[in-house]
Amino acid sequence: MSSSPLHAATGTTPAPDAPIQIRARGRSFLALVLSPERPLSNWLESLDAQIARSAAFFAGKPVILDLALLHADDEGLDTLQARLIERGIRIIGVEGGNPEWPALAQWDMPTGLEGGRASGAVDIPETTEAISPVDTPKSVSNGETRIVDASIRSGQSIMHMTGDLVVIGSVASGAEVVASGSIHVYGSLRGRAVAGVGGQTGARIFATRTHAELLAVDGYYMTAEEMEAGLVGLATQALLVDDRIVVQKIG
Amino acid sequence: MAKVLVVTSGKGGVGKTTSTAALGAALAQTGQNVVVIDFDVGLRNLDLVMGAERRVVFDLINVVQGDAKLAQALIRDKRCETLSILPASQTRDKDALTSEGVAKVMEELREKFDWIVCDSPAGIERGAQLAMYHADMAVVVTNPEVSSVRDSDRIIGMLDSTTERAKRGEKVEKHLLLTRYDPGRAARGEMLSTEDVLEILSIPLLGIVPESEEVLRASNVGSPVTLSNPESAPARAYFEAARRLQGEKLEVHVPVERKGLFDWLFKKRVA
Repeated sequence: MSSSPLHAATGTTPAPDAPIQIRARGRSFLALVLSPERPLSNWLESLDAQIARSAAFFAGKPVILDLALLHADDEGLDTLQARLIERGIRIIGVEGGNPEWPALAQWDMPTGLEGGRASGAVDIPETTEAISPVDTPKSVSNGETRIVDASIRSGQSIMHMTGDLVVIGSVASGAEVVASGSIHVYGSLRGRAVAGVGGQTGARIFATRTHAELLAVDGYYMTAEEMEAGLVGLATQALLVDDRIVVQKIG
Repeated sequence: MAKVLVVTSGKGGVGKTTSTAALGAALAQTGQNVVVIDFDVGLRNLDLVMGAERRVVFDLINVVQGDAKLAQALIRDKRCETLSILPASQTRDKDALTSEGVAKVMEELREKFDWIVCDSPAGIERGAQLAMYHADMAVVVTNPEVSSVRDSDRIIGMLDSTTERAKRGEKVEKHLLLTRYDPGRAARGEMLSTEDVLEILSIPLLGIVPESEEVLRASNVGSPVTLSNPESAPARAYFEAARRLQGEKLEVHVPVERKGLFDWLFKKRVA
């Protein structure tokens, strides 16, 4: 696969008598093979749940999509690739299925890879114990901001795994807002706010009135009980300092 | 040997959650290790009534799905150290509870506790069935009115047919807890009498809990009435019920209206 650029490089080397030695080193990555199951809508839901629990695990991992369990006329197959890409999953190869399927016409088919060896099932680690800050992305916002122009009711869960989440309204007790980036609540935050889910230690949680049940950044959390009583009801930000959630008054 | 107790009713609003908290706290005060579990996924309230809502991090669903260990989700009560709560999730729906998952959690709880008190959701659907499935004993919470009695009858039928014990050909021990009993209205014949309820449901009476402001006050301050005001009439009824659950034979007191001059004057004025 890398042979032609190598030749080109040697060919354009300006010194004919002492050609520069091109150095190539091998590096192997463990690619994940994902096998979507029918119905695709349910599978995507389960994937979202898994990402919510272990987002850092998928970040930056090469993924091979195995379509063997799917049929040509499965609902949602045509948009599956786009759905996965918007979830930040990097597809480097597609196998199984048949490239002739009409549903795959719009797919951007990666060229096949060679030389892969099966290495068995991979345990997907859960956020609560598995994220090591070393191999997680450092940027606080890695994508689009999502803005929700409504209050979040008890029992609702708003998830945004590709950037910051802004709520123009309140987050009720028993509701939860989850984002890979920072969370902004222009209203009362009474429920749970979970920021920096992809391992972004710099993510923060802002709220105009803080009565939160739980604040979490990158897996570190603080319950309502642990929060300083003097800050309750005020405009605050919550951030991670030395692996501890710190709540500060703002404005 | 751990006992699994389900507090159930069919009908909503009869006092299941209040009774779970009050009975759990009453049992725990005898020194037994007690855990109360909220099975009302999506509409959890037991944490509020127990005053633990500010300490919830993980819940039953997290444990069932393997996201958290049981020890991480259990919240120990601050007032009574033998009492723990396992809260439900508010943001998931009932389908997140699997029977295999619940079975695994129950098995683990049986090793740690003497009493496992399950607060059932209202209704007769999956959530209610999962709450009662592992039960050794059931407290059927009933109000003295026809719709509540009929729903309780339905639930008793399910306890006898769809539980693990029923499938093994054994019986779930069933007890009737009459709640929101209003002595004044009972005296005026405005409610079903205790005899009528017992005759229809024909299961042993565990206790009669009078309708009381104390219960409401206890819920609002986030404390089981048996902890916040142990001397009150409803708390005494729950303490006695807990002793009966432990096998003591005690006579059940039917609450009577206390007719003071003040009450009489007041009644006259509003009448």
